[in-house]
Amino acid sequence: MHFHKYEKIWLTIGISALVLFLTIVGVSAFAGGHAPPSAHETLDPQKVNETAPFNNPGLFKVGEKKYELVMISEAFAFTPGNVKIPKGATVTFIVTSKDVVHGFAIPHTNVNMMITPGHVNKITHTFNEVGEYLILCNEYCGIGHQAMSARIEVVEQ
Amino acid sequence: MIEKAISRQDAHLSLVHLVIAFVALFLGAVAGLLQTLVRSGSITLPAGIGYYQLLTAHGVLLGLVFTTFFIIGFLIAGLSKTTGTLTVKARRLGWSGFLLMTAGTILGVILVLLNKATVLYTFYAPLQASPWFYVALTLLVVGSWLSGFAIFQQYYHWKKENKGEISPLLSFMAVITMLLWLIATLGVAASVLLQFIPWSFGWVDTINILLSRTLFWYFGHPLVYFWLLPAYICWYVIIPKIIGGKIFSDALARLSFVMFLLFSIPVGFHHQLLESGISPFWKFLQVVLTFMVIIPSLMTAFSLFATFELTGRPKGAKGLFGWFKKLPWKDARFFAPMVGMLIFIPAGAGGIINASNQMNQVVHNTLWVTGHFHLTVASSVALTFFGISYWLIPHLTGRTLPKKVHLFGNIQTILWAIGMFFMSGAMHVVGLFGAPRRTAYTTYGDHPDAVGWMSYKVAMAVGGSILFIAIILLLGLLSYLAFFAPKGSEEFPIGEAAAESEKAPALLENWKLWIGVTVFLILVAYTIPVINMIEHAPPGSPGFNNLW
Repeated sequence: MHFHKYEKIWLTIGISALVLFLTIVGVSAFAGGHAPPSAHETLDPQKVNETAPFNNPGLFKVGEKKYELVMISEAFAFTPGNVKIPKGATVTFIVTSKDVVHGFAIPHTNVNMMITPGHVNKITHTFNEVGEYLILCNEYCGIGHQAMSARIEVVEQ
Repeated sequence: MIEKAISRQDAHLSLVHLVIAFVALFLGAVAGLLQTLVRSGSITLPAGIGYYQLLTAHGVLLGLVFTTFFIIGFLIAGLSKTTGTLTVKARRLGWSGFLLMTAGTILGVILVLLNKATVLYTFYAPLQASPWFYVALTLLVVGSWLSGFAIFQQYYHWKKENKGEISPLLSFMAVITMLLWLIATLGVAASVLLQFIPWSFGWVDTINILLSRTLFWYFGHPLVYFWLLPAYICWYVIIPKIIGGKIFSDALARLSFVMFLLFSIPVGFHHQLLESGISPFWKFLQVVLTFMVIIPSLMTAFSLFATFELTGRPKGAKGLFGWFKKLPWKDARFFAPMVGMLIFIPAGAGGIINASNQMNQVVHNTLWVTGHFHLTVASSVALTFFGISYWLIPHLTGRTLPKKVHLFGNIQTILWAIGMFFMSGAMHVVGLFGAPRRTAYTTYGDHPDAVGWMSYKVAMAVGGSILFIAIILLLGLLSYLAFFAPKGSEEFPIGEAAAESEKAPALLENWKLWIGVTVFLILVAYTIPVINMIEHAPPGSPGFNNLW
């Protein structure tokens, strides 16, 4: 098929940019460890309260400035709803849902993931600035969706 | 020369589709206006109407009903124009499709209004609507398949009558559009028929959430190309004629449509990048496949601007951009789609961000995404559809498009662009700050972040109000064109390929080959992850129908 000379130049530049872009994205994901949240553990969504670690939700210290925050989302709240951590803490959020699909996002950070029932999802973030962070549900879950939120207070040590 | 209009019977079939489309547009726009007012805290809804109920109506009426009915109406008219009056068989299929789709639409809208299906347009399980809502969706989809068969039948008939010839470009593009729709809707049909209907009627207790989401997005992404391809048909085939030029290359236009078919189908995981249960490798593979559609998009952009330049030159255009001034800016048939094309440049760039592995993390489920598709489907596509309506409706009703309508049509387009600038612009910015989409008025207990978003939501409401005024103007103009404009005949503009461009190779009409490649790509992208979803599925979820 005949391509116009200028069109060939246009497509060559475009496709090269595409290859470059995808390479950056791929290297960043697989060599840089910036893959999207894709945890693989599953559980019975009707037995969340009886299944570890969700039978005991809360904040757990697992190392020097390292924490795990086990959280349950359900219409229309997160449990626990209020957490205090020291500045510089690295927190791994381990979250599941007791009922419908929820979202889990913290504005001003890259913490953003989907919480689907039957699955556990995980994401890690280091809080380097003090302040009151808002955790909000960003997937429609029913009439009280706009109220579904929790707080993380990051305080000076 | 008085141009012969398409046959009355075909015109009638096309028109009834457009009527439903624009009724849906009006109702959806009312819901949209109210949403922006609620979110900005300007009003509270009376009479127990829920915000999410309006949101469901808005999404279903505009995303599914307006687009599908308009597209099928337009393609039927286009087929009749380029391949001759529809065969009896094709017309019968077209009417059956119309009736099923309309029945589905009416049933669906009633259930939404009764608050029995406030599950939004994406109806994510395990939110559970009335089973009849899923039946309504089935009717809508199956009806659209019959309309697709009508188009295939007419195309097949033309090919048989004109052995060895290359089909008219518009009919070829119409076939690709409906083929894409058919293959894509198989996913949502499988999910609705095998998962949602048995579960919502109570025949089975639970549903596999991840599988239902995957089947939905297998459909949900190509859906956006189903909206876009008819707009591309207008840009490729109609616009060159309106501006007095030629189609840059018939063969390359066909090639780009084939590429859209191949690359838009086997992707959907980039809508699921942030969920568990799918491994990063498969997500990345689909991100790569998603980005392949950039190639035909670049080809399209080149062809369109090449047409503009080649048209401008004989008219005395000088310099690199002199052709810009030679375009018929006062022609509403040109101006609306052209503004749509220009808006598509930032809109497409936003799409690249959304589909990126890591950048998606920043914008996923924020108002940025809402802003994005208000630029793509609600501006680029919608403005192009409006531009088509300005000539298609008088063409079908035996009337003309008077000069003053061009003027008001252009005012409509400008209002639309201004309204979208405020609404979509504010959505993009506040989305980057983290404001969630699909959320009613809230300040999250006066958290400073959420309070800070409120001024942007006021800007959204201002934009939404301007857009609503633009919709009223549009519906006024279209009613005038349908019922009151001077009688006569309005041209159905079909461009011709430039004389020097080569004939399209027959390979491009080798459907077995292209469908085969499409199926192959789908199997590559989905087989292993879907087997995983079924084998490693958690116990399923019961339904929740008491949350709204």
